[in-house]
Amino acid sequence: MTAETRRPPAGRDEPRLVRTGSDMQVRPMTPELYRVRSRRADRVDTVTLQLVPVHGECPPYRPGQFTMLYAPGVGEVPMSISGWARSGGYVHTIRAVGAVSGALCGKRPGDVVGVRGPYGTWWDIPAAAGMDVVVVAGGLGLAPLRPLVRELVRELVRHRSRYGRISVIAGTRTPATLVYGRELARWSGLGVDVQVTVDHPDHAWKGPVGLVTRLLDRIVFEPRRTFAFVCGPETMMRATADDLVARGVAARRVELSLERNMKCGLGWCGHCQLGPLFVCLDGPVLSYERASRLLAVEEL
Amino acid sequence: METVVIRSLEPLIAELRARGFAVVAPTTRDKVIRMGEIASESELPRGCGDEQEPGRYRLREGDDEMLFGFAASPDSAKRYTQPPSRTLFRMRGESIEEPEAEVPRVALLGVRACDLAALAVQDRVFLGGRHPDPDYRRRREALFLVAVNCAVPGGTCFCVSMGTGPKATAGYDLALTELAGPHRFVAEPGSACGAEILGALPRVPAANADLDAAEEVSRTAAEHMGRRVDTEGIKERVAGAHDSPRWQQVASRCLTCANCTMVCPTCFCTTVEDSTDLTEGAAERIERWDSCFTLGFTEVGGAPVRGSGAARYRQWLTHKFSTWFDQFGTSGCVGCGRCITWCPVGIDVTEELANLP
Repeated sequence: MTAETRRPPAGRDEPRLVRTGSDMQVRPMTPELYRVRSRRADRVDTVTLQLVPVHGECPPYRPGQFTMLYAPGVGEVPMSISGWARSGGYVHTIRAVGAVSGALCGKRPGDVVGVRGPYGTWWDIPAAAGMDVVVVAGGLGLAPLRPLVRELVRELVRHRSRYGRISVIAGTRTPATLVYGRELARWSGLGVDVQVTVDHPDHAWKGPVGLVTRLLDRIVFEPRRTFAFVCGPETMMRATADDLVARGVAARRVELSLERNMKCGLGWCGHCQLGPLFVCLDGPVLSYERASRLLAVEEL
Repeated sequence: METVVIRSLEPLIAELRARGFAVVAPTTRDKVIRMGEIASESELPRGCGDEQEPGRYRLREGDDEMLFGFAASPDSAKRYTQPPSRTLFRMRGESIEEPEAEVPRVALLGVRACDLAALAVQDRVFLGGRHPDPDYRRRREALFLVAVNCAVPGGTCFCVSMGTGPKATAGYDLALTELAGPHRFVAEPGSACGAEILGALPRVPAANADLDAAEEVSRTAAEHMGRRVDTEGIKERVAGAHDSPRWQQVASRCLTCANCTMVCPTCFCTTVEDSTDLTEGAAERIERWDSCFTLGFTEVGGAPVRGSGAARYRQWLTHKFSTWFDQFGTSGCVGCGRCITWCPVGIDVTEELANLP
């Protein structure tokens, strides 16, 4: 048998989903097929994919929600949605950290992946109306915050912003690992106070070095009327939230997005439990008022 | 329909089979009571009893006549509502195929009160939330449940403490109480289907003496619980004990082997596995039972959230007796004692609860 005849007839067969439930009821663990519309390499280990449904329409999402992304034959991982693709699909920015995310990063335009969702809670953007908005991202934590900032920026562009000062602080390991660099520059040009800090500067870097919390001194916000959205490594989120609360921001007005092991996104598999919470249902976005005591318990 | 007395289970088994049910009942296999398909009453473990203690399970000779003279076996009804492993879908090329949705009709004969309570707990998990599971519903609705009230509780039983037994009070199609001298069953229907099937069997009305004898069986069983738990304020007490040194002590014995979660009738955690068939270019995804005791259970980005055995034991016990209430409005423990019996090092959850501050 030659390699040619062994190859699956991908691309030739019409993609289809055979539902066998007698009542044709959707089985929530079966993904919908999505095709990679475009792929952009953001940095060495990170790509941004635009995924559009092979059949039908892409269900709406709210900034902060996630999907379960399936790399055929490899596995499925929760992945926050980074935006709405112009052709009616999801934008996902994916870092290759394991077998599944690695396989997803290797997908090329035309390839098919599975998508379930969107699932989970979202950033409470309306609650920030009339307040200063502080967005703090650590590393790829910017990915779920991007659609939130885009929504805020959209209003700025129309000169109809319901918010006070809008600040975005982004921390990254090195200048080369920064994602959405051009977009950050665009937001800056539109009136958002964008601050970027790096852990390890290169010779060309002239900006701040160190933790994101140090940049809280550089931005202007009135703590008692501030709403903050924070996403990044858990230790970074806790340090940032604690700092914000110490400055007078109410814990209920600080929202975090948590990351946990998930196999279903439906509250069935049990993996994402954090005390009484299922992070897939009660999160990923949680107020610090709710999350702080749980996160303070080691290995919960 | 009223409570009746039936002399033999043979007509019931035949009637269920005639109606298309596979009859699954206790059998002995590898010196253990296991649930298996039977075609006749003669396949039931007549004259068989059991001894259950922490980390110990032995079959022994019981009362000659009795068919159900033992306590909970390692198999609960969970195996039939949530199979240990199931195919979610197959993907070939760019097509996804789901497996058949139809499930066989199964009559579980010999379900204990604790297991009925566990089914009610599972119903809340898979049907009571934001995402009801259609496959669970199909399997659940395909079950016909014949409860048998416990006469001889095991040494690790504590259903009385958890308020779930020993007498079945709800959630069954038929409830039987086995009586000796002469050997017979008091049978009570719990559903229209149960009443219909009972109506098709040879039977006599239950006399007061039969009903009294049946009551006596449950009363005696209730007095012979091997274990007990003080459930007063248990949710708050367990939640408040997250930094107790007791977790370290139990972790020094716990092998994190996951046995307790496998035999538990309410533990519902699963994982998924992917495989590919290189010759056909097909991918398959299965779901199988998983356990919060495994190291990889909470792994994110290469590191587990609950790396220590102490954290994993704390998660399991806290979930069962505290956070389960937050999530599902009920206890996650039904007092069947399986986790105590089947723990290879004999960790006793009732003892651990009693030792928490």
